[in-house]
Amino acid sequence: MDKNRTARIVGATVLSGVFVAAALTGCSSTPSDNDSSGSTEYTLWDPYPDRDASSDWAKAIDACAADIGITIKRNAGNTGDTVKDLTTAAAGKLPDIAMVDNPKVSTLADAGLLTTTDDNGLDVSDIQENILTAGQIDGKTYGVPVGANTLGLYYNPAVLEAAGVDIASVTDGASLTAALEKVVASGKKGITFSAVGTEEGSFQFLPWFWGAGADLTALDSSEAVSALTLWTDWVKNGLAPQSVLQNTQGTSWDEFKTGEFGFAENGSWFKSDADAAGYNSIQIPGENGKPAPAPTGGEFITIPIQKDTARYATSVKIVKCLTEGNTGADSLGYVAPTAAGQEAQLAADPTLEGWVTAVGDAKPRTADNLGVKYGTISEQLYTAVQNALSGGLSPADALAAAQKAASEKLG
Amino acid sequence: MTAMQTVPRTGTGGGTDPRRGVAPTPGATRPAERRAERPAQRSQRLRHQFVAWGFIAPVAIYMIVFYAYPLFRNLDLSFRDYTLASFITGEAPFVGIANYVEVLRSPTFWPALGSTAVFTLGSIAVQFALGLALAVFFYRRFPLSTTLRALFLVPWLLPLLVSASIWAWMLNSDSGVVNAALAVFGISQVNWLTSPQTSMIGVLIANIWIGIPFNLVIMYAGLQNIPDEVYEASSLDGANAWQTFWRITFPMLRPVSAITLLLGLIYTLKVFDIIWIMTRGGPGDSSTTFAIWSYRLGFGGGSPDLSPAAAVGNLLIVIAFVFGIIYIRTQRRTEDEL
Repeated sequence: MDKNRTARIVGATVLSGVFVAAALTGCSSTPSDNDSSGSTEYTLWDPYPDRDASSDWAKAIDACAADIGITIKRNAGNTGDTVKDLTTAAAGKLPDIAMVDNPKVSTLADAGLLTTTDDNGLDVSDIQENILTAGQIDGKTYGVPVGANTLGLYYNPAVLEAAGVDIASVTDGASLTAALEKVVASGKKGITFSAVGTEEGSFQFLPWFWGAGADLTALDSSEAVSALTLWTDWVKNGLAPQSVLQNTQGTSWDEFKTGEFGFAENGSWFKSDADAAGYNSIQIPGENGKPAPAPTGGEFITIPIQKDTARYATSVKIVKCLTEGNTGADSLGYVAPTAAGQEAQLAADPTLEGWVTAVGDAKPRTADNLGVKYGTISEQLYTAVQNALSGGLSPADALAAAQKAASEKLG
Repeated sequence: MTAMQTVPRTGTGGGTDPRRGVAPTPGATRPAERRAERPAQRSQRLRHQFVAWGFIAPVAIYMIVFYAYPLFRNLDLSFRDYTLASFITGEAPFVGIANYVEVLRSPTFWPALGSTAVFTLGSIAVQFALGLALAVFFYRRFPLSTTLRALFLVPWLLPLLVSASIWAWMLNSDSGVVNAALAVFGISQVNWLTSPQTSMIGVLIANIWIGIPFNLVIMYAGLQNIPDEVYEASSLDGANAWQTFWRITFPMLRPVSAITLLLGLIYTLKVFDIIWIMTRGGPGDSSTTFAIWSYRLGFGGGSPDLSPAAAVGNLLIVIAFVFGIIYIRTQRRTEDEL
């Protein structure tokens, strides 16, 4: 009896040990399982999980695949996951085409995961210059934009008329503040935007920052302080609500659509929504009378490094197909990256002209060779905005602390 | 009064006395006897030891894989310099305590430590007090008391994302329900989550609301274990309600209170979801606790600073460890008294 029990116990122990060991080895990824070299199936990763197989974007990809005579396997995940997946994937398992948010291109290029146009032979001559710079580091180009969007100043004509504001008079920060005061005096709320403590907050602050003449390498310059003071005074004087500190761009748009606000800073992706509601937009006013350069949004199409370099030729064809004309950009709601594509978009919808001009004046966030430094600078920038708008620090102190922290981290 | 056995048989309260140790295995012998035993006895002793190890092996393997290894990895992460490039090249240079020095010198350190202390102690104190008060309230059964008690559990059952989002809406500065209610009483708008002064109060309110059911449930169970004879004796001696509570109920709940406070403390030290969803660490650093800071360094900011994040995480483990030690010592002292 004792021997049987002992035997059973030992057997159970051995089995459980084997089970644990098997589970552990099963969990580790086996490298060369899904190698697709030599096949005509190309993998494409994009960050649009909400655009499913029936969406225009998926159809655009299928059309390109049919044109070239290959199959494209699409994998849609969130941008953050895409960057994570790309950096943790083994070299042989990178996708043929990877689409990432434009500020992240330099991170991946820095990590040595992307090919340059010298490596893959992509011709970028017809891509609009100013939006291409997000993918350029030290003179080398690592990808092309599938399209671009940018920020503008929407206004509610009904509210402005009731307040006696002429939109043509809004040409810089001071005239905009005067217009906001009139709107508030007429009983409505002034302006809504997003100053949340994430990249969205930096994105929304940049037009005013650049419009004042400030530079991201010097967050504590007097121009930067004046830009932040503009925003801080709006919140302090009741021209912008406290909720801007918590708003995302989506929430801010919901607020604007209640009809209570005169102005909203938001992006070109809401154009059709604005048209339906009867709102118009102008470019964000800069301090020297010209429109301020706004930051560009939109993903880049990149070609990661592959073991089999013969695949680049076909990958280049896929990229060309998606960026030529306006099908790709239209399906994602962007302004097309080439002049020809933009003409096609204007022919279909002449009211897009304002946004096309805005994209032409826009500036990518990682331009000026900022590259991987942008992430750190942006974090300090939105922290400073939050500190100033919430009344914790004065704009000058907040930006001084931000610049100090950024220079310490960047060394 | 003789010391009666009042330690309730709740899950982890009471527990084993570390002094007693493991019961002696059958056949264990003292060294002097070992020299005299025959080979057959020795092989049987070895077999029994092997069986003992066989029992321990699964749980030992589990603990090593899921507890010891991640802890070791975290320590390793904090002593090296991990950047995004490390994912590609697999290299991370050893930098000793540089990350800890960076964390301790950071301007966020003292505010974060203060916020963690305020958040944890404030949450525990109020959760415990209200949980105990509610448990005493529900001790007497009245019609619908079970239904009401079940409803009080709802905050605990809701997913944290739901609770935190709803509280964030309710505490919205301009259009939240709370400010609307305050306006009825003539109180001007309080910028709950958008002002550095009140952001900590905002997240405290939400966390207290979520934590009361846990305390209610455990204290209620603890109350059930107090024998009625004690209450009868005290009422015969002429104790009023407050004296009954303060001199009888509360001291007898001490073991249960101790474990509730410890569990609550260690849980609250780690609270992340509520604060992150409501304020992401507050305007600036005003509601940044160590847990928030660690996540923000590693994943929330502009660049993944995994090594400093691991350092902050380890500091948090040390704090929790210290409280755990305090608890064990208090337990030992209590058992000595018994």
